[in-house]
Amino acid sequence: MRIVVPVKYVPDINAERRFEDCRVVRDAAEGSLNELDENALEAALRVVEALPDDERGSSEVVALTVAPADGDLALRKAFQMGVDRGVRVTDDALAGSDYFGTTAALAAAVRRLEAEGTVDLVVTGMAALDGLGSVVPALLAAELGRPALTLAKKVTVEAGTLTITRETDDATEELSAPLPAVLSVADTANTPRFPNFKLIMAARTKQIEAWSLADLDVEAASVGTAGARTETTSASPRPPRPEVELVQDKGEGGTALAEFLIRNELV
Amino acid sequence: MTVQEPTRNRTVLVLLDPATEVRSSALELLTIARSLGRAEAVALEAPTVEVLAQLGAYGVETVHQAELPPSYTGDARHLPVVVGAALAAAVRRTDADVVLAPATFAAKEASALAAQRLGAGLIIDAAGVREDAEGRIVGVKRVFAGAWDTESRVTTDLAVLTVRSNAVVPEPAPAAVATEVEGFAVEVDAPAPTVVSRTPKDRTSGRPSLEEAAIVVAGGRGTNGDFGPVEELADALGAAVGASRDAVFEGWFDQYIGQTGVTIAPRLYVGAGISGAPHHRGGMQASQVIVAVNNDPEAPIFEICDFAVVGDLAEVLPQAAAKIRAHRGE
Ligand SMILES: Cc1cc2nc3c(=O)[nH]c(=O)nc-3n(C[C@H](O)[C@H](O)[C@H](O)COP(=O)(O)OP(=O)(O)OC[C@H]3O[C@@H](n4cnc5c(N)ncnc54)[C@H](O)[C@@H]3O)c2cc1C
Ligand SMILES: Nc1ncnc2c1ncn2[C@@H]1O[C@H](COP(=O)(O)O)[C@@H](O)[C@H]1O
Repeated sequence: MRIVVPVKYVPDINAERRFEDCRVVRDAAEGSLNELDENALEAALRVVEALPDDERGSSEVVALTVAPADGDLALRKAFQMGVDRGVRVTDDALAGSDYFGTTAALAAAVRRLEAEGTVDLVVTGMAALDGLGSVVPALLAAELGRPALTLAKKVTVEAGTLTITRETDDATEELSAPLPAVLSVADTANTPRFPNFKLIMAARTKQIEAWSLADLDVEAASVGTAGARTETTSASPRPPRPEVELVQDKGEGGTALAEFLIRNELV
Repeated sequence: MTVQEPTRNRTVLVLLDPATEVRSSALELLTIARSLGRAEAVALEAPTVEVLAQLGAYGVETVHQAELPPSYTGDARHLPVVVGAALAAAVRRTDADVVLAPATFAAKEASALAAQRLGAGLIIDAAGVREDAEGRIVGVKRVFAGAWDTESRVTTDLAVLTVRSNAVVPEPAPAAVATEVEGFAVEVDAPAPTVVSRTPKDRTSGRPSLEEAAIVVAGGRGTNGDFGPVEELADALGAAVGASRDAVFEGWFDQYIGQTGVTIAPRLYVGAGISGAPHHRGGMQASQVIVAVNNDPEAPIFEICDFAVVGDLAEVLPQAAAKIRAHRGE
């Protein structure tokens, strides 16, 4: 079983996130592996761990990121969780990519891995916490010509078939498809493992493979700012809210709350 | 956002899935559509009489109803690959300029797939849509837990956007029109998963849905498992009930607000026993008025509040509910 897990390096949600010249600032000091991709890594590792011994031995989990060199931080974290390989696609031409540019680069990298042997499963997170698009998994599946089973809260792989349960806004669904397929997992799917000492030590010496667009036969003009179909024309911090009206409850707090709502015509 | 008159003769397609109930999110999309051009709808099933009447009131003359291959007419018709293929076919048929869809996960995927096929620019979860001086479509977004506003311009001729609830106040057309349903053939040529089972959620709880409500009362870990006070205040206000992720993981409620849950931007958000973690804030910070009840005077949620009570929610919420009921003369 070969599994590819696309992981993204994003500004830390607890840090001061900001824009400069309409671009998200990605400081190495304040970035991290997108937390939701830990759920994807966990799901991929569990699929392999559930295999019979002989199949497990020949299995491989590859973490893949499309990012500048800072993206290595995300791959290091993936190594600590237990993936076998880390691949980073880096090219100046990728700067400013929209969803489609990012997807094209990810798909090309999966195809290159496929040239080495079948990729049975691609497992992504449910969203990147910087842009919160939640569309790359479906786009990647379309680009690879595979079915997309997205937002899984329960995952099983059995006899070459992937089955998931998911909660959409409108329904609870059970979906299935034969492998190869693309899977995205919700944050409800599992609790990501903490890396143990052995894996942390091993992660230090693992080599990251760096590929450029030329390695992947992707035309530079189709990605990045050149290929983007949207452009951000302004980014501004919102003015701070006016000072909060803080009431200490001494028996009348609920009444004060109701009066605030009535005063502001919210009732 | 106020409804403007369009400056160009555009065709704007609005995704209507399901087409069997009127949702305020759909009415908001139709209102935005009319500010950009002529509004038409795309459905995956026959609209009900009630839905057709609403569409007429909102100025929609044509509903394009997808005619799907037999294997996709059942539950599979709601799959993003199917909806995406239908949207793309509808755009080709109508030569539309803009596609608008709600901000549900399924609609985001479907919109993205349609944009991918058609080479269109895509904006996910706009909090406002307008045109710029050159007639390009611009999406306004609230990002980074509501701390920043961005504006993005679509540079392709076709613009595809998903739009958050409460971006505009729904407004019927100045004059109602007669609505016609026109069928069109859709081919699904991308691989689709099999829908083993699908159980629609019950949306008839008597409370408004969390995604669309104008007022939301949410409970967190501080409820200690008792959502009674939260529900009591919600009912006094005619509000939807929501929760933090921790409260949902505890099994106290079924839907949470936040970056990975439901993103809301109501007129009023009341959070009780919720600390205000960045993940939660990302899903509610765009609310117009924010009120919190928390017994910890240092709770981070107070940083983004307009009004707050430091106190025990089990005392504060029922008292507030009683006062509101009295004010309403109940
Ligand atoms: C990848 C990821 C994604 C996440 N996504 C989301 C998300 O989308 N939405 C989300 O909500 N969370 C999300 N979380 C979880 C989030 O980080 C917080 O853990 C969670 O929001 C905390 O929930 P809470 O505020 O209910 O609990 P707590 O942080 O424990 O806060 C409880 C609060 O209740 C107060 N309290 C206690 N008793 C009372 C009382 N009697 N009366 C009044 N106040 C009282 C306490 O002072 C405290 O402030 C995510 C986490 C991760 C890692
Ligand atoms: N630049 C990237 N590199 C690797 N994986 C990505 C990248 N962008 C998105 N992904 C994957 O796609 C998922 C959803 O991202 P998004 O659609 O951007 O919210 C993430 O959780 C990742 O698994």
